[in-house]
Amino acid sequence: MIDELGQFALILALMLSLAQAGFSIAGRARRDAALTGAGEGAAMGAFVAIALGFAALIHAFVTSDFSVMNVAANSHTAKPLIYKIAGAWGSHEGSMLLWCLMLTGYGAVMAAARRLPFGLKASAVATQGLLGALFIGYMVFASNPLNRLASPPFQGDSLNPLLQDPALAGHPPFLYAGYVGFSVVFSLSAAALVEGRVDPAWARWIRPWTLAAWSFLTIGITMGSYWAYYELGWGGWWAWDPVENASFMPWLMGTALLHSAAVTEKRGALASWTVLLGIGAFTLSMMGAFLVRSGVLTSVHSFAIDPKRGVLLLGILGVAAGGGLALYAWRAPTLKDEAVFAPVSREGALFLNNILLAAATAVVLIGTLLPLIRSAIDGTPISVGAPYFNTTFGALVSPALIALPAGALLAWKRGDLPAALRRLWIAGLAAAVAILATFSLVTPRSLLAACGIGLGVWVIFGALAEAAERVRLFRAPLQEVGRRTLGLPRGAWGMTLAHIGIGVFALGASFETAWRAEATEALGLGQTMHLGGYTLRLERVAQEFGPNFEAERAYIRVTDASGALLCEAEPDRRLYAAGGQTVSGVAICPRLLDDVYVVSGEKRLGSSPAGGGGPQRGGGGSLPSSAAANQALSAASGGARVIAPPPPLRGPPPPTGEENATYLVRAYWNPWVHFVFAGPLIMALGGLVSLTDRRLRFAVTARVRAALAPAAAE
Amino acid sequence: MGALQRTGLVFAAVILLGAAAADPADRLADPTQEAHARTLFRDVRCLVCQSESIDESDAPLARDLRQLVRAQVAQGRSDDQIRAFLVSRYGQFVLLTPKASLGNAILWLGPLLVVAVGVAALITRRRTAADPAALDPQEEAALEKLSREETI
Repeated sequence: MIDELGQFALILALMLSLAQAGFSIAGRARRDAALTGAGEGAAMGAFVAIALGFAALIHAFVTSDFSVMNVAANSHTAKPLIYKIAGAWGSHEGSMLLWCLMLTGYGAVMAAARRLPFGLKASAVATQGLLGALFIGYMVFASNPLNRLASPPFQGDSLNPLLQDPALAGHPPFLYAGYVGFSVVFSLSAAALVEGRVDPAWARWIRPWTLAAWSFLTIGITMGSYWAYYELGWGGWWAWDPVENASFMPWLMGTALLHSAAVTEKRGALASWTVLLGIGAFTLSMMGAFLVRSGVLTSVHSFAIDPKRGVLLLGILGVAAGGGLALYAWRAPTLKDEAVFAPVSREGALFLNNILLAAATAVVLIGTLLPLIRSAIDGTPISVGAPYFNTTFGALVSPALIALPAGALLAWKRGDLPAALRRLWIAGLAAAVAILATFSLVTPRSLLAACGIGLGVWVIFGALAEAAERVRLFRAPLQEVGRRTLGLPRGAWGMTLAHIGIGVFALGASFETAWRAEATEALGLGQTMHLGGYTLRLERVAQEFGPNFEAERAYIRVTDASGALLCEAEPDRRLYAAGGQTVSGVAICPRLLDDVYVVSGEKRLGSSPAGGGGPQRGGGGSLPSSAAANQALSAASGGARVIAPPPPLRGPPPPTGEENATYLVRAYWNPWVHFVFAGPLIMALGGLVSLTDRRLRFAVTARVRAALAPAAAE
Repeated sequence: MGALQRTGLVFAAVILLGAAAADPADRLADPTQEAHARTLFRDVRCLVCQSESIDESDAPLARDLRQLVRAQVAQGRSDDQIRAFLVSRYGQFVLLTPKASLGNAILWLGPLLVVAVGVAALITRRRTAADPAALDPQEEAALEKLSREETI
């Protein structure tokens, strides 16, 4: 019954979205505030209706209502509650509902905004309504999460165990809050084109939406990256996988948008480019959703669904993005863009930032799509992998980071580069020291990585120098410095934080990539292996039971060079009976900045190799590795600690070789890897701090209000 | 046995966790050759996996490919010879770095074009926009003061 009510609510939301678009368009055309008011009401109603549908789906998952197809395919009674809830957006259908929830939610907030001028708001609410109708229509007709099964199964198929993870439970909501946040910017951009007016006030209005979307997207991508890092068990945090790229492209474009919107807001320049980015960011978000959900790309995060839906999603992408870009091509030439600035100026620096970010987006876009295009055109499948992305992307982002501190110190309109560089002498010195020290002290030597470290230091100290400059540190009396520090707008703090964040990330990425260490050995009980300065000793292995899995858990003692205990690592191999999948549980021993990362691999029966892992393989080891792994899992090993009565999965344990079994242990030392995740989080924090800026809270400053006066009089 | 086999297949197809690349049982005796082989692994795609190099993948095919590369490294064949051999067997798809060819040129030219167009726009902009009359030092100082107070 609740499901039917949810179903009804979703259909109602579709109708309300259409009404939202219709009323707003009619109201805009007739300049009738009652009609546009009805459109705004419909926008809020659509959100409420979608929220009800979403609540119904959550309810179905929590109560394990397997008569709902989506629940039967993605849930299981034995799954912990948090993953039952997260399962609601773990599937394609559920994630589309989450998407629509965000889309109507942002739309409702925009509809409630009071300070937007009449025409712009009506057009934007109409655009948002059209977007809502497209996506909700797709969900209701082609991808309905609340469809029933004629004959419900007794038990569900469960969620992919790799997805049963706290970081991944939170990853899609943040990611979608980011993706879909750009929909408001898209709508406001389309509305600005319709109204034929892009001014500093408009740039100010898109700022909070851009900041919110960008911050959420940053958090979402970081969570996804962290999930891949500790869940996939390969020790890396970014693989340039198509699905990762799909989320990275809107982020890059959103970053460009934040910077170009600053130029439009302060100087009225780059108006048409900012509008194009506003349309582009959501276009890339939709494309990301299409690429991920249509299954056209080969990715480790395989979400493959049936191609018919892919075609529909492509259609939606074509209509929405095509509409936005056509509108742009038609109306953008009418936008005025008169502000002058010298190439060496804040505007010029932000322009350079945008050129490089646009080129970086092009790298990711072309690299992700070319394999598809090539195989469609001439049938030659090619691969574009990490080696291409690392070099090309690095070549574009490095100059952007080199220019960043100086650009932030240039004055608007016409800057004085030598003066800006003079203020950066401390940062330059620190960077030079960092490069020299890294190059001479860290082995094996790597000039490239040393330069990466130098770049990170340069950006961090540059951001601090810029903040010091703002508060006139060492130049004015302390009292004045204090007054200025307190008076500094949150937006300025946010910018400083975000720039420090990218510097921190550069430090971590350079160091980790260049100097991570790896070791793999087949260890018998009590044997040790060495990794960097650490010693790992396999203490024991036990068979244990989780809520919905059976695990073979290794207990490994990690000690540092002085023999002090670092941690007891407990990596495991889990067999999820519901889906029949085996997953490695990674154990991570964190230090201040580093991780010791341990994965336990397959068990090998037979004679123990001498000296902690020689070249020979014993009896069971000659089996194909997966079969051996399963054999190992099904075998209740001798002396195992049994927590719960073991449900016998398969036959009796094999009798031979148990006493000399070895376990493949793989370990990584990932130095400074915490910077890799902390950097983006600092950036997101910067975005959120900016978002709390008083000038944004009150939406319009006196100056902007003055700029608005003609529009209001219209 | 049937169940075991099926689970094994699911395991191989779905999870393929982590590197067996450094499996001690498979390593080459010479550490320099082994290290060299591993740098090659990073550029070779595991063909049956989704988007992984054979350095990362646990799939049986990835292991076969690794052994193939190791054997050729041990024979002293050059990197280009090994890559050419892999391409002749599996096609361009097997290499993660696309080769420089006409069809792939856009990979490098596309971003370059974006930079070129952007820089051209920045420069032509300067030409069309009238250069504002230069300010005298006093005005310059006043402007600087103003623009510094005007924060982002």
